[in-house]
Amino acid sequence: MTKLTNRSYTYYFLLPAGIIYFVFFLLPTIMSFFFSMTWWTLTDWKFIGLENFITFLTEPSLNIGFKNTLIYAIVTCSLKVILGLLLGVFLSQKLKTIGFVRSMVFFPTLLSTIAVGMAFAMMMHPTQGLINTALKIVGITGPDWLGDTTIALLSVALVDVWKGVGMATVIFIAGIMSIPEDYYEALAIDGGNSFHKFWNIIVPLSRPAMNSVIILAFIGGLRSFDLVWAMTKGGPGFSTDLIASIIYKQYQGGFYGLSTAGNVILFIVVSALAFPLYAFLNKKEVDL
Amino acid sequence: MSETQIAVKAEAPFRTKHTRKRKTVRKLFSEILAIILSLIIFGVPFYFVIVNASKDTKESSLLNMDLPSSFQLVENIQSVMAAQNGMIVRAFFNSMMITGFSIAILILVGAMAGYVLQRRTSKMSPFFNFLILAGLIIPPAIVPTIWVLDGIGLFKTMPGIILVEVALNLPFTILLYKGFMATLPKELDEAALIDGCGRMRLFFSIILPLLKPVSATVIVLTAVGVYNDFVNPLYFFPGAENATLQLTLYNFSSMYNTQWNLLFTNILLISIPPLILFIFFNKKIVAGMTAGAVK
Repeated sequence: MTKLTNRSYTYYFLLPAGIIYFVFFLLPTIMSFFFSMTWWTLTDWKFIGLENFITFLTEPSLNIGFKNTLIYAIVTCSLKVILGLLLGVFLSQKLKTIGFVRSMVFFPTLLSTIAVGMAFAMMMHPTQGLINTALKIVGITGPDWLGDTTIALLSVALVDVWKGVGMATVIFIAGIMSIPEDYYEALAIDGGNSFHKFWNIIVPLSRPAMNSVIILAFIGGLRSFDLVWAMTKGGPGFSTDLIASIIYKQYQGGFYGLSTAGNVILFIVVSALAFPLYAFLNKKEVDL
Repeated sequence: MSETQIAVKAEAPFRTKHTRKRKTVRKLFSEILAIILSLIIFGVPFYFVIVNASKDTKESSLLNMDLPSSFQLVENIQSVMAAQNGMIVRAFFNSMMITGFSIAILILVGAMAGYVLQRRTSKMSPFFNFLILAGLIIPPAIVPTIWVLDGIGLFKTMPGIILVEVALNLPFTILLYKGFMATLPKELDEAALIDGCGRMRLFFSIILPLLKPVSATVIVLTAVGVYNDFVNPLYFFPGAENATLQLTLYNFSSMYNTQWNLLFTNILLISIPPLILFIFFNKKIVAGMTAGAVK
């Protein structure tokens, strides 16, 4: 009789995936550590040590990227978690129109980020834009959403939330739907109200879903580039520049070494935050 | 204590009737609220884009929500198609080729890898799992990737951008296949091998067809992701001949003079493929995205 052994599943099957992954992802990632320490023109390079990193950390137009990227990731992530959870609870009800509403919330996820960014940049126009025109009707003078350096980054983050909250919502719906009915029955017998239902059942028991949303949204926020590029190109000034958009600007300027240093920094920032977060959330999940 | 219980019991029929009525009212209220909110937050932007895509340039520059005085959508579509010597047609061809080939390669290569990684456990397994996780988290290194592509003569070429898209989407695809493989019993492989089926035939004629549901998920997710991708073509597929649909959006906006009606028409046009996909595969998309995310 033929026995199933490890040899029945040859590692040769990994070769095509492995080669593509290595050549087009892993190799560039490894090489980035070297090239980040060079002055580089693609054909020629000169080793300059940590100079690129020092430039990145001391130049105000470059190191603003750290602060902005962190703010952007935290704002988009927390809003997506909170709104996604509330929408998820709301949309898990058995309403007649639920299919329609769910589709409305989810559809932006499938749209082009650039198209969404351009349309919203228009609606956020300070005098003619749709949003401020609507605010004027109720007597509020809307701010210059994308022109004011203090709020431009938050405006872009809000659009990111608009586009991404549908994804968070469907993950939460999946989590909430998997909670067994027994818990609600037990709560009803004990005389709990809807707040108890939300706080003592839904929030703790949809924890795996929440962890997924946190991880996905946070990493996505840290790596974000295209929405900012479509809406503000990093401006006004450098007030909405993220690490990823600085990488692009340096690349455009022909500073390949500096751009790659930005890449390494983004790599370090993302790993230093995402891996521990991942471990922390997974540990908590076991406790439950 | 018991007295209050009795009191509650006596009141019960009246209360349920009362609460039921209140419940229907509340339910109706939430239904209306849901529709109104979703229309304002998610519907108004769509309406705004469609209305302004139907106006002439002068009217659309006012950027308001008024209905167009003359319905110009067809003329606008013609102008968008003709812009930059029919760039959008070439871009459509490029986008479809990139998306199609990425999907085909991802399914074949990803299924093979997911299959072996789920079935075979060894000392190497944690290492492979780490590679998958790293691929999901680490941002790709831009200029070194260009350097690699340039070195093997694939920079600015269709195969180059396709292989980059495949490499970046592989970790998630393998994760999906690995997860689904766990639901297929190992006895299946055993039976096939006993019947004299080779390792190649086992995978290609038995396992791969059984992976159809998850392949459908991969198709839909990759289609949306690669089609909407702006960043990778921007870096790895530059050049006038190489435009993708996302780049056509920049045809009508310049610093000083933007033809809003054409821009909105363009947005409308390139949103049609995802819309069609959404109408037909709504459930599949949602299921796939959540399955991958929740694991």
